[in-house]
Amino acid sequence: MKVGLVCPYTWDVPGGVQEHIRGLAEALLDLGHQVSVISPADDDTPLPDYVVPAGRAVPVPYNGSVARLAFGFLSASRVRRWLKDGGFDVLHVHEPAAPSLSLLACWVADGPIVATVHTAIPRSRAMHAAEGILQSALEKISGRIAVSEAARTTLVEHFGGDAVLIPNGVPVRKFEKADPLPGWPGSGGALGFLGRIDEPRKGLTVMLSAFEILGEQRPGARLLIAGPGDAEEALARLPASLRPRVTVLGQVSEEDKIRVYHSVDVFCAPNTGGESFGYVLAEAMSAGAPIVASDLDAFRRVLRGGRAGELFATGSPAELAAAAGRLLDHPELRADLSAAASAAVRDYDWPVVARDVVRVYEAVVPGVGRVAVAP
Amino acid sequence: MVTTILVVAAVAILGVYVSWRAGRLDRLHNRLDAARAALDAALVRRSSVALEFASSGLLDPATSLLLAGAAHDARSAQNGQELPQSDLTRALRAVFGQPGFRSTLNGRDGAEELLAELEGAAHQVFLARKFYNDAVATTRAARRRPLARVLRLAGSAPLPDFFEIDDSLVGNGEASQGADMPHLTG
Repeated sequence: MKVGLVCPYTWDVPGGVQEHIRGLAEALLDLGHQVSVISPADDDTPLPDYVVPAGRAVPVPYNGSVARLAFGFLSASRVRRWLKDGGFDVLHVHEPAAPSLSLLACWVADGPIVATVHTAIPRSRAMHAAEGILQSALEKISGRIAVSEAARTTLVEHFGGDAVLIPNGVPVRKFEKADPLPGWPGSGGALGFLGRIDEPRKGLTVMLSAFEILGEQRPGARLLIAGPGDAEEALARLPASLRPRVTVLGQVSEEDKIRVYHSVDVFCAPNTGGESFGYVLAEAMSAGAPIVASDLDAFRRVLRGGRAGELFATGSPAELAAAAGRLLDHPELRADLSAAASAAVRDYDWPVVARDVVRVYEAVVPGVGRVAVAP
Repeated sequence: MVTTILVVAAVAILGVYVSWRAGRLDRLHNRLDAARAALDAALVRRSSVALEFASSGLLDPATSLLLAGAAHDARSAQNGQELPQSDLTRALRAVFGQPGFRSTLNGRDGAEELLAELEGAAHQVFLARKFYNDAVATTRAARRRPLARVLRLAGSAPLPDFFEIDDSLVGNGEASQGADMPHLTG
């Protein structure tokens, strides 16, 4: 099948949507499909063969923050040309309600269009104000996919109708094997945390309070923290005796991130909210890390209700310390969790997810002909 | 006797002076109120025209959505909120800054009128804000004088604040030709 994917955000800027499209494109290629992606990108950015640049994205205020988006007639004509050259069997746009390439693609295309909604955004007043214009473009979408329950709810509220739930894919193979960082995990018990340090909902304060409890009980226990942001302020609250046992890596490369998952005895995800899927968990599961995670809806679902990782009451350092301590004491429990996690994460492996997406393509293709440029 | 006359005269002169200063402050506050009303009206007009432009069908849907969002936020912002107004300016600048933007509108029905109206409205914001800030500066200076402070001549009126927004429709730092008037580039 010839598939055209539309990415609304700049290709080489790190982001969940770009990551998703890259994973999907490569999985579709592996399955033997022909894939072309159009994405905003600076002209001198090195791009994979399957990506066609649509020009630079412009920073512009949108929904209360500054986003880099591609809009305007120039971008629209680039999409039109790409569609004409591509001769696609199906057009797959991502985040169609963002004022960028995906919306433009819906506008200029006719034929089988599939859309994936990633973020759960509250119905914005902008969308209300531009309702008529949005509607005529979005009505052309014949198959809708949401990556999470929250995204599906948003989609249904905004546009009515329904959407198929297909979770985010994870490149499981990439995370499966890696060498631990030098000196880790050691023998005293190593805990790991990964996430934005300055984003309170990632739960670093819960993690540190739990380590305060756990560190007192276990003189050998250490904590490994990775993620962008300044940790000084958070660490200052720890007792001085514990501070040398906390290692902060700051922002790490993709490669080192994988090594972090392999460097700890117990991986902790103390997030306090705001997670719609739990990408970090899926990565840790791919690496076979024994996991202790907050009892959030999204986490409970990914961890199979607690079978593929321990759940603790969200926001409770005492419970986190107890659960992590139990795992540190019992290697056989860790081995069981690790095996269960590796098995459970197969459902999110890209080849599996991509096959589900292809089923959606097949459902919308019959009878509509190929993707054409709207008159 | 002479001393009494002198004291009475001094008090009378002081009284006249104080009431003259108080009257001046009152006039300044009136001018300030009028300037503020003009500024608010200009801001509302600009966001309304921007919204009309966004829903005119002259633009592609992505640009429409962007502009509609910024215009809507600016229009529904509380009085005195500066950020949504600056955001609208930036959105307008991003839209009009697209290469060849004006030529895509050439000859389209109603495009000329809407563009002229939008340009006028943006210009009005620029002027109204200049005059308002001017009034703020004068009023603040008058209220800082010792007599006005000691005798609290301004009464309970709050000290006015400058209204600081980005209202230049020319790109960052690029001086427009001739006068400091904003123009929609294109």
